[in-house]
Amino acid sequence: MRYDSPLAAVGNTPLVRLPRLSPSDDVRIWAKLEDRNPTGSVKDRPALHMIEQAEKDGRLTPGCTILEPTSGNTGISLAMAARLKGYRIVCVMPENTSEERRQLLAMWGAEIISSPAAGGSNTAVRVAKELAAENPSWVMLYQYGNPHNAGAHYATTGPEILADLPSITHFVAGLGTTGTLMGVGRYLREHKPDVKIVAAEPRYDDLVYGLRNLDEGFVPELYDASVLTTRFSVGSADAVTRTRELLQQEGIFAGVSTGAALHAAIGVGNKAVKAGESADIAFVVADGGWKYLSTGLYTAATTEEAIATVQGQLWA
Amino acid sequence: MAIEVRIPTILRTYTDGEKAVEGSGATLAELFADLETRHTGIEARIVDDGKLRRFVNVYLNDEDVRFLEGIETKLSDGDSVTILPAVAGGMV
Repeated sequence: MRYDSPLAAVGNTPLVRLPRLSPSDDVRIWAKLEDRNPTGSVKDRPALHMIEQAEKDGRLTPGCTILEPTSGNTGISLAMAARLKGYRIVCVMPENTSEERRQLLAMWGAEIISSPAAGGSNTAVRVAKELAAENPSWVMLYQYGNPHNAGAHYATTGPEILADLPSITHFVAGLGTTGTLMGVGRYLREHKPDVKIVAAEPRYDDLVYGLRNLDEGFVPELYDASVLTTRFSVGSADAVTRTRELLQQEGIFAGVSTGAALHAAIGVGNKAVKAGESADIAFVVADGGWKYLSTGLYTAATTEEAIATVQGQLWA
Repeated sequence: MAIEVRIPTILRTYTDGEKAVEGSGATLAELFADLETRHTGIEARIVDDGKLRRFVNVYLNDEDVRFLEGIETKLSDGDSVTILPAVAGGMV
């Protein structure tokens, strides 16, 4: 495959069947390898699309500064595109995010503003909104509320999956900004009304929830529950277990949120087997495992050890 | 009929610090009423006006009950219920 520039090579990722992790010959699981994007994550799609739409609208002009709250991947994607297109970029991320992510952002020239670890990405969003108010000339693309985030998946990820897998019965992805699920979900529904759209929501460590108040909360503006068929909460132990299975049984080296999505995919697959139905389940490999190597989860001798080692390190 | 209920940090003041408690009931609504008999005050933190509070998520065997039958979701012996506050990644 040939492209005119690195940015033109975003998307068109492989969809591969997982012969060993599929529950049966009639219930097949397919992995959409989004780690094959230029900066190594699914976020290249919304990042590039949000930038291009902002250029089209005239919001983003040469010399502009882009501002974004991000725990990593979106910032990395935006930073790479910003470098190639000549924008300055400022990322707000929780102070406890991994060293790998900080270096990746710095290497593309992004400036990092740390937000307090307490409150995690909720706090990063709040800090970014404050910065946007103080610096009216900065352009916040705001992945949690920008319709072009979901729009990128509606325009590209969804059509690619349907073209490769016309028999699709389930689509499973992680729930963060909700952009992937909203965009792919809407596209697939329009073309296959019976398709099931399944969200895999990471269940954080106690540490994260301990800081939350039950009367406040954060719901991404993009979220529309009517697009989803159901939503699973996946604990870090299950996510780590599946991340290791994906590596050991299928040779795919993926990040931990992918393990959470795979867990939900296998769960709906097992339900289909029990019901005697056939199924084609596509799930998203959101990124590779590189940024999570320092957690030690891939090389731990046993899964139990891997689960213990990531306690407190995940889902910042 | 025993159902395991996992309690978030923020509600453990009602359970003497216990991370998980047992309860019973044919539906979630009955389960929360049952918990209230031993953990006074907990029900009102989860339920408001017969509905789940907006920023409280409840999962039956890891599935969000808002996509099942909400507070009327039926329970069976051995089920596991998890209560969590909403975080970024959110809910409505």
